Amino acid sequence: MIKKEFFLKGYKSILKPDSPAIALACCFVAIGALLKNVGFNIQESVLSTLLIYALPGSLVMAESILIGASLISIFFAVWFVNARLYPMAVSLFPLMMDDSQPKWKYYLSCHFIAVSAWLIMKSNYETIEKKDRVDFWIGIGSATLSVSVLATILGFYIADYLNKDMLMGLAILNPIYFTCMMVGAMKTLQITLSVTLGAIMGPIFYFFSPEWSIILGGVVGGSIAYLFGEKNVN
Amino acid sequence: MSISVLLSIIVTSLATYLSRFLGVLSSLRIKESSKIFRWFNCLAYATLAALIARTIIFPVGALTDASYLSRLIVILLSLGIFFITKKNFVYPTIFSAISIGIVNNFF
Repeated sequence: MIKKEFFLKGYKSILKPDSPAIALACCFVAIGALLKNVGFNIQESVLSTLLIYALPGSLVMAESILIGASLISIFFAVWFVNARLYPMAVSLFPLMMDDSQPKWKYYLSCHFIAVSAWLIMKSNYETIEKKDRVDFWIGIGSATLSVSVLATILGFYIADYLNKDMLMGLAILNPIYFTCMMVGAMKTLQITLSVTLGAIMGPIFYFFSPEWSIILGGVVGGSIAYLFGEKNVN
Repeated sequence: MSISVLLSIIVTSLATYLSRFLGVLSSLRIKESSKIFRWFNCLAYATLAALIARTIIFPVGALTDASYLSRLIVILLSLGIFFITKKNFVYPTIFSAISIGIVNNFF
């Protein structure tokens, strides 16, 4: 089963002074308020954060419900916008794959993949032995998901008291936090180039295709960074 | 709970879980020392950077109320604070939330 020691170690990472708890909570306060305005009740809002736990996906869902989109179109729109979770999983899970651990842990805990948990794991995994990393990861994921659910509840109930400036503040906080985290992660040539090129190319591709811009920006920018980095390291 | 909202939540969660699950299936065959792992690492960082840049430059929702110039000023100031405070994540984040409304009134 899950080793308590490593689970708790992961869980407590949310309490560190530079943890993403505040940024994460603010985003989900905004989501809670948005869902209430879309017409969700409290149970539906909590359920959506619990089951989806990916901000852009929730935003797409809310917009789709507002315009009365079909379930099929919601499925493809969300799959598209959350396709970034695939490379995030592939660049994280090999770090914790160990034969001594049962596979179900990996299949269930992949639900926790989201920017905040991913970045915490990326900057801390080396401190944990490989066989215990998945338990540590489950701890981090449980902590970030708990914060998100609590923040959704808070957002739902304070929705009526939030004015335009407050909503704007909640909305900018998250990209600023992640910008700082990405800049902080720029420690190798490959990652520095990946972040820089992705940030430049994502918006450029937006002019050609808003739906494809993130995937295209990521694949083109990331591949150039990879090739350039490999060439220079060797 | 209305059926349509519940179905939308379930469909959204399945579409989201699909990418995560396929990622784990692929991970079973990828070693962390392999080239393909390093490539996916670059793809992940670049995709996240693209997502964040798009959120700031072409926002949806509440951020559309803030002007381009005010968003630019806030992000530059926040990055400045990030470096001055020896890469502390919390100060620039809180600063951005408070300042965006104020800066937006002027620009």
